[in-house]
Amino acid sequence: MAEEIQKFQVSIDGISVEVDAGTTILNAARQIGGDIVPPAMCYYSKLEGSGGKCRTCLVKVTKGSEKDPRPMPKLVASCRTTVMDGMEVQNITSPDVVDARKSVVEMLLINHPLDCPVCDQAGECKLQDLGYEHGSENTRYDFPRRTFERIDIGDKIQLHMNRCILCYRCVYVANQLTDTREHGILYRGDHAEISTYIENALDNDYIGNVIDVCPVGALTDKTFRFKNRVWFTKPVNAHRDCPSCSGKVTLWYKGADVLRVTARKDEYDEVEEFICNTCRFDKKETSDWTLEDPTKISQESVIASNHYTQFQPPAVIAENTPLKEANWEQLARTEKLK
Amino acid sequence: MQSLSNRKKVLEQKPMNFWERIYLPAIFKGLSITLKHFFKKIPTVKYPEEVRPYSKNFRGQHSLKRDEEGRERCTACGLCALSCPAEAITMTSAERAKGEEHLYREEKYASVYEINMLRCIFCGLCEEACPKEAIYLDGSHVTADYLRKDFIYGKDKLVEPRFDITKLAKD
Repeated sequence: MAEEIQKFQVSIDGISVEVDAGTTILNAARQIGGDIVPPAMCYYSKLEGSGGKCRTCLVKVTKGSEKDPRPMPKLVASCRTTVMDGMEVQNITSPDVVDARKSVVEMLLINHPLDCPVCDQAGECKLQDLGYEHGSENTRYDFPRRTFERIDIGDKIQLHMNRCILCYRCVYVANQLTDTREHGILYRGDHAEISTYIENALDNDYIGNVIDVCPVGALTDKTFRFKNRVWFTKPVNAHRDCPSCSGKVTLWYKGADVLRVTARKDEYDEVEEFICNTCRFDKKETSDWTLEDPTKISQESVIASNHYTQFQPPAVIAENTPLKEANWEQLARTEKLK
Repeated sequence: MQSLSNRKKVLEQKPMNFWERIYLPAIFKGLSITLKHFFKKIPTVKYPEEVRPYSKNFRGQHSLKRDEEGRERCTACGLCALSCPAEAITMTSAERAKGEEHLYREEKYASVYEINMLRCIFCGLCEEACPKEAIYLDGSHVTADYLRKDFIYGKDKLVEPRFDITKLAKD
């Protein structure tokens, strides 16, 4: 018996959209797209049960539903609230939401160190974007930030607990993608931290994906550690025949070298298909991959600066072989005279 | 038609008269001007011995700064290279090893830091981009040289020499 899927009409910031029953407000907004999509630090559409932790996606529901038009008394987390028929939601049009989001960002930044110049995530960090958009310039927090020693989780993954915002995404990845989860959140409240019992190494075949899902620089690739800044590398889509995963990745080039391999990410910075550790850490030669085309980078991103969309950008100065040879000759002559 | 500036002078050619034709008055007039200058103040500066003071906001050769403990401030974040309109700056970063805490301020530092002085336009954007107050264009002119490769300044030329902050405070 094919049950007809119920459709709900909702309006977000005055734009109405028809979505299936059971869709969250965040996903309904993503179906519209554009500026009205609430930012999300902890929600990850590919991970079941994620969301509801960071509160950056708060929205205001001004009309509960067609049957019960009372507004919801408080701002709600859009990643966990499902839509009702005739619901009216305000995101960026409501000053309350913008104000609340600013407070949430301030809250997230209380313990976050300002080490963006050192952090490898800088340039593709969601918290950086969020802080730039909604944060205030100064902190009002006088107390020392909590600090941890950095931990090597295995020889490929580095954990900087200082930078963690406790979004739980990496925990869900380990739960849902791998057979055994060896890391989790220890302690509670302000003391909560991501850790393994007695510094266990994480060596599951898909564990590298925790690097991609981490919205901040808490989990980073040790093979890319301090190699280069993200915005100096050039992302190129590539694929290979991988026996364990889809093999669809983004290679980050600097010159002719592949510095880093990541999964492909969509416009919400979510991984399209998870990749295995072999693809991520061990295949760093161009010969391992079949290149496709340069990855599309949004114009606003710092990564897009000084990047060309073609493989071979046209030369600015026409090649002049006689002049080149003459220069070489002159150099040789001056060297001889020295 | 009337000229736009109203300052146009129309010259007309006439044959020279007697005094103009003998040239001598004109020569004496010229020589008197030359003689007058012997007794005037000399406006030129004898450069290598005497250096004219630079203006306060003069932008010269870059220097990579040290902090009060003599550690290099630069953490190789790459923002100077990103902001550089001439793409003159390149760098390679490295991780600070144990025991090097007195050399570098942060856990990451620039192992290679090169500025191509031929490309640099001394605009000062790197100064403004730097989050660590590590680079300043406070040197003098970049000197001339014979080979292009000698204009690529590495850390040996850019990092400022160590100084004793206690002595500086006394002065």
